[in-house]
Amino acid sequence: MNHLIDILQLTEAEIDELIAVAEDIIANPAKYAEKCHGKKLATLFFEPSTRTRLSFEAAMYELGGNVLGFSEAQSSSASKGESVSDTIRTVGCYADIIAMRHPKEGAPVVACQSSTVPIINAGDGGHNHPTQTLTDLLTIHREKGTFSGLTIGLCGDLKFGRTVHSLISAMSRYENVKFVLISPDELKVPDYIIEDFLEANNIEYVETTSLEEAMPELDILYMTRVQRERFFNEQDYIRLRDSYILDMEKLKGAKKDMCILHPLPRVNEIAKDVDNDPRACYFKQVLNGKFIRMALILKLLEID
Amino acid sequence: MIIGQIKNGIVLDHITAGMGMELYNLLGLDRLNCQVALIKNAESKKMGKKDIIKIDEEIDFDVDALGYIDTNITVNIIKDGKLFKRKHLEVPEKVVNIIRCKNPRCITTTEQELPHVFKLTNREKKIYRCIYCESKGK
Repeated sequence: MNHLIDILQLTEAEIDELIAVAEDIIANPAKYAEKCHGKKLATLFFEPSTRTRLSFEAAMYELGGNVLGFSEAQSSSASKGESVSDTIRTVGCYADIIAMRHPKEGAPVVACQSSTVPIINAGDGGHNHPTQTLTDLLTIHREKGTFSGLTIGLCGDLKFGRTVHSLISAMSRYENVKFVLISPDELKVPDYIIEDFLEANNIEYVETTSLEEAMPELDILYMTRVQRERFFNEQDYIRLRDSYILDMEKLKGAKKDMCILHPLPRVNEIAKDVDNDPRACYFKQVLNGKFIRMALILKLLEID
Repeated sequence: MIIGQIKNGIVLDHITAGMGMELYNLLGLDRLNCQVALIKNAESKKMGKKDIIKIDEEIDFDVDALGYIDTNITVNIIKDGKLFKRKHLEVPEKVVNIIRCKNPRCITTTEQELPHVFKLTNREKKIYRCIYCESKGK
């Protein structure tokens, strides 16, 4: 059974293959319009989402398939105390593939243990978000043409930002990549990311609190939102939420071809006027998310 | 202090001094009906001081749990009053329900029937991580 729980389950060759299929989908959408005819995707979102859920659904519709599911835990039997494993066994009776988001870290691992159909982790708490990483990788590839030799700045909530963790683990496999980790002390990258990916692979990295100082050397700036839903204490959230705001003034120090990414949604961490700057790639990223998810669905359903 | 020999059972020897009681609790030896002796701070040529546990019955226990706590421990199986087998322990690849995940965001906090499984991710530093959320075992 094929599942995607962690981006590292995919080899670099498999990522290249997914990117190639996504590029082909972009170039020849009609070729893929009926590939999933008769197949059903279940989107099980125990936690709200706009982009991830809708992009999965749009992806399946564009492949000619159908979609069922729920968009919040309250409208599922989880609200009655049903376990993840029972929900998955049930949904496996109705769907050919499941995309699942859950607020608890590791829930997709539990789902895989009882599933009869492929599971895609669409985000588990502050842990992993592999399809966002595939989206990020497709965007980086389309904008920069390579994964090697890039200096990547990650800015904001690096502690609970699951997209950050997945992106670091994926990019750690490429040559001459450098990470600049920009965050307040309270929201630094977890120790396992430092130990298991950066230090274990001898990847160059710097931790800093200053976005302005880091800016000039960056090829990619990956902004993130400080996520209210990850804090147990509202006061901590309020204190940290405005730590970094990217505006045109701060961009003055950036390279002309720097690529600004953001997994979205944003609150105020990127000023609106940055949207019109050619370096802003976050809405391209949104569109790329649909194409790479189409490629992933085809791969996991083993459809050529 | 004299503690008699056992006929059929298990002797856990070379336990790091002070760890005996933790091991006693972890293995659930308090629930046994047979004789169990916990010897603290026994003299040892090799270790200076050590703890020893003698169990006067052949019981099944989690060898991985012992290896997780202390690889110095030797497990001596006694049959008919003689040493039948001696096992040396290794750091286990996986431990189940020995350490509990303390991450409040881990799925194990809401699905309490799930086993707490930790996988060895760094043998040199003896780091274990939760298989669900990857938090470090403490």
